[in-house]
Amino acid sequence: MTIKWCKAALGSVLGAMLLLPLTALADWELNMPVGVTQISREVYDLHMLIFYVCCVIAVIVFGAMFYSVFMHRKSRGVEASQFHHSTAAEIIWTIIPFVILVAMAIPAAGTLIMMEDTSNADMTIKVTGYQWKWQYTYLDEGIDFMSALHPDSDRARRTGSGIDPNSVPNYLLEVDNPLVVPVNKKVRILLTANDVIHAWWVPAIGTKKDAVPGYINELWFNIDTPGVYRGQCAELCGRDHGFMPVVIRAVEQAEYEAWVAAQGGTTQVADAQVAAATDAVADAPAAPAEEAAPAGLTREALMARGEAEYNKYCSACHKADGAGMPPAFPPLTGSPVTLGDINVHIDMVLKGKKGTAMAAFGSQLDDEQVAAIVTYERNALGNSVGDQAQAADVAARR
Amino acid sequence: MSNAHNEHAHGHAHDDHDHDHHGPVTLKDGFIPWVMRWIGTTNHKDLGTLYLWFAFIMFFIGGVMSLIIRAELFQPGMQLVDPGFFNSMTTMHALVMIFGGVMPAFVGLANWMVPMMIGASDLALPRVNNWGFWILPFAFTLLLSTLFVDGGGPAGGWTMYPPLVLQTGDALPMVIFAVHMMGVSSITGAINVIVTILNLRAPGMTLLKMPLFVWTWLITAYLLIAVMPVLAGAVTMLLTDRYFGTTFFSATGGGDPVMFQHIFWFFGHPEVYILILPAFGIVSMIIPTFARKPLFGYSSMVYATASIAFLSFIVWAHHMFTVGMPLAGELFFMFSTMLIAVPTGVKVFNWISTMWRGSMTFETPMLFAVGFVFLFTIGGFSGLMLAIAPADFQYHDTYFVVAHFHYVLVPGAVFAILAGVYFWIPKWTGHMYNEKMGKWHFWLSAIFINVTFFPQHFLGLAGMPRRIPDYAVQFADWNWVSSIGAFVYFIVQFLMLYNFVVNCIMHKGEPATDRVWEGAHGLEWTLPSPAPYHSFETPPEIPEYEIPTSAEEDF
Repeated sequence: MTIKWCKAALGSVLGAMLLLPLTALADWELNMPVGVTQISREVYDLHMLIFYVCCVIAVIVFGAMFYSVFMHRKSRGVEASQFHHSTAAEIIWTIIPFVILVAMAIPAAGTLIMMEDTSNADMTIKVTGYQWKWQYTYLDEGIDFMSALHPDSDRARRTGSGIDPNSVPNYLLEVDNPLVVPVNKKVRILLTANDVIHAWWVPAIGTKKDAVPGYINELWFNIDTPGVYRGQCAELCGRDHGFMPVVIRAVEQAEYEAWVAAQGGTTQVADAQVAAATDAVADAPAAPAEEAAPAGLTREALMARGEAEYNKYCSACHKADGAGMPPAFPPLTGSPVTLGDINVHIDMVLKGKKGTAMAAFGSQLDDEQVAAIVTYERNALGNSVGDQAQAADVAARR
Repeated sequence: MSNAHNEHAHGHAHDDHDHDHHGPVTLKDGFIPWVMRWIGTTNHKDLGTLYLWFAFIMFFIGGVMSLIIRAELFQPGMQLVDPGFFNSMTTMHALVMIFGGVMPAFVGLANWMVPMMIGASDLALPRVNNWGFWILPFAFTLLLSTLFVDGGGPAGGWTMYPPLVLQTGDALPMVIFAVHMMGVSSITGAINVIVTILNLRAPGMTLLKMPLFVWTWLITAYLLIAVMPVLAGAVTMLLTDRYFGTTFFSATGGGDPVMFQHIFWFFGHPEVYILILPAFGIVSMIIPTFARKPLFGYSSMVYATASIAFLSFIVWAHHMFTVGMPLAGELFFMFSTMLIAVPTGVKVFNWISTMWRGSMTFETPMLFAVGFVFLFTIGGFSGLMLAIAPADFQYHDTYFVVAHFHYVLVPGAVFAILAGVYFWIPKWTGHMYNEKMGKWHFWLSAIFINVTFFPQHFLGLAGMPRRIPDYAVQFADWNWVSSIGAFVYFIVQFLMLYNFVVNCIMHKGEPATDRVWEGAHGLEWTLPSPAPYHSFETPPEIPEYEIPTSAEEDF
């Protein structure tokens, strides 16, 4: 009976597998994409070379094995031979694999040396990993922005959202602000992180590297085809590790310069030195003084801004309704922090809580954003404390 | 029907001094005495049985966790679990399978077989043996209980990289203590194996006459003693970083998060071989038996095993090519890693040469052993690809890696364990399993393990990172296939449980002969089936027929 059931299960599964390819033929991807950089092409060639070497060895080894399995059977009346060693054979099959390995090691070492040479770069961008977004700092152009999962994907990926991922363009591989780089330029990336280890990876550029807090790693690429290239964080970095994509938009030099100008950036040397001297991790773009005027924003403006910022930065863990996901992510509704001293509340947002997943947002958010979020958290999500924070209050707590 | 009855039937009741004339306590003697027997036992066979049942339960628990993972990955979008809980499932699945499943299963097989193979009556340190086992249920109760504490279970991956792991809630010290307990258990087991093998061999059983399973376990035991303390040190530093203000792994105090990875993988890579060397030993016992032909290249098998063990200490950083090592470091670890292919290749060639011009039959243990050689070698090929550092920058932390290590661990280590149990269970229980059911178990396992893991190569190459709870829609199709394979593979394993429980343990199967298999050689097959409670009360004579072809003849 068990066996009958197994046969039925096997039949239905195999049947289903035969039907499926008809529905989505294009997505049964088998191999590594070739990519758009010199590195990625060399890596692809190495990958294929070692793959073919493995295939040839597999054909020989498995060929011998299956020949033996089919021919040297007791049921075919074979008498077992009793040989049990051959020094010559042992030497041959030690030396031949060794020679193959040396032959593989030489091109691999060449590519590795090329990949690690970050000298003579045309431009440098610092990439900082945060839970769970990237910060891109153009050291020469003075451009600095955060890049997080696109809101459309972010809505669809919530557990039980009811949104079909197929209806979201580039589901999980789209960001709000992509990294923009010119083609045919050697771009050096300096990688670090603010909280835990992340890894920055776009398959089309052919390399990945870890972003380690407190240390700086380097990689480089030179993209030769304009286009949009997508990747993801590749080092487990906590709850939303799966939701921090990397998107590169590679454009022609003229378009790149237009983009830099639109960002308010500059390519002038003097400004570049100022920007390079600034520690972008610790020093977020401060809100201009006139915006933090003594009068501050109205309650309505703070609440409207706060709701938008809360949904962008906070709701992944604390949920849109403030219920959180205890025990890992505590609720904000009725929490001692949201109901207690407003300065403690501001500190929590600015500095985080050590030893928990609550990150320090001080370096990512400006004073007005923090003020708006704090005000929103105290007067929405089921809370009604009644007080509010202004940018100046936040600046005082930094 | 009790064990005692069978022993009398064979006229070999050896255990009279422990229990008045009727062997070990059974359920017929009352429930409480029966429970106390298992708690207090110092007998290598009882403890072997306990280890194997424990491993089975852990395989089941770890398997359920893998099904939660595969169910969430069945289609794109988050349907079932929170991403944080998903991460604790991947973390716990690995810890449970490695430390609770594969390692105790191998210790269980060593408990049962090593004394019988070398002509001893028991392990050298029976009380240590009892202690080593009974630590495990407490360690894993502690580990599994973390799923219910404030902050949830550990979710930073089984590799426990800081700083992420330091964000764990109340589970962190519990996990660390559980790891310490597992380490103590492993070290006691390893010491016992080494002391037994070096001191309790029957006269005439020289080192180069020992069966390969004994050799591979001896080398594994040394690896365990060398590296488990390293893991203990690493996790203790995590503990002091979290609670006592040290900064071993934090740049803010002059430490380095990457240092943890170096220490961890200095443990972790030899650990990989701890999980596979005993499997090599099992397969090296089974293939000659069913090929009715001596093992080809016995001494080169021993030297290859020792070489792999040595190389395992100098390749650790290939797990961390992307952390930003100096170029010289990357080159060194790439070359040393590629070198491992040489002794591993020697082993595969020797197994195939053993089969060559043999007179083979394909009972279930042989099917699993041949399946092991075939599928483990596929895992070896992907391992060779991963050794190429520039290509590894693409493969690293993708499903390609997941496919690779599951190929060497499931159709590798787990198939070898299954092969070993099918091979030896008639000796343990005195009854044969049902061959037809065993063959169904093999073929269904072999098919669906490939359905599960082969597509993961494609996913990784196409760019799907590992340890993500949701994925871009272009990865949907192969994930769908992989999830189906995982569910069927899991269900199929109950066929084996039914087969063993009914036919072997409840004695419904055919009675086994002492030799059990036509081509079997070795002291264990000179004992009656089931084997007496104490294996060899007096050192046996070792007939030439029972020993593997030795080194002196090889070279």
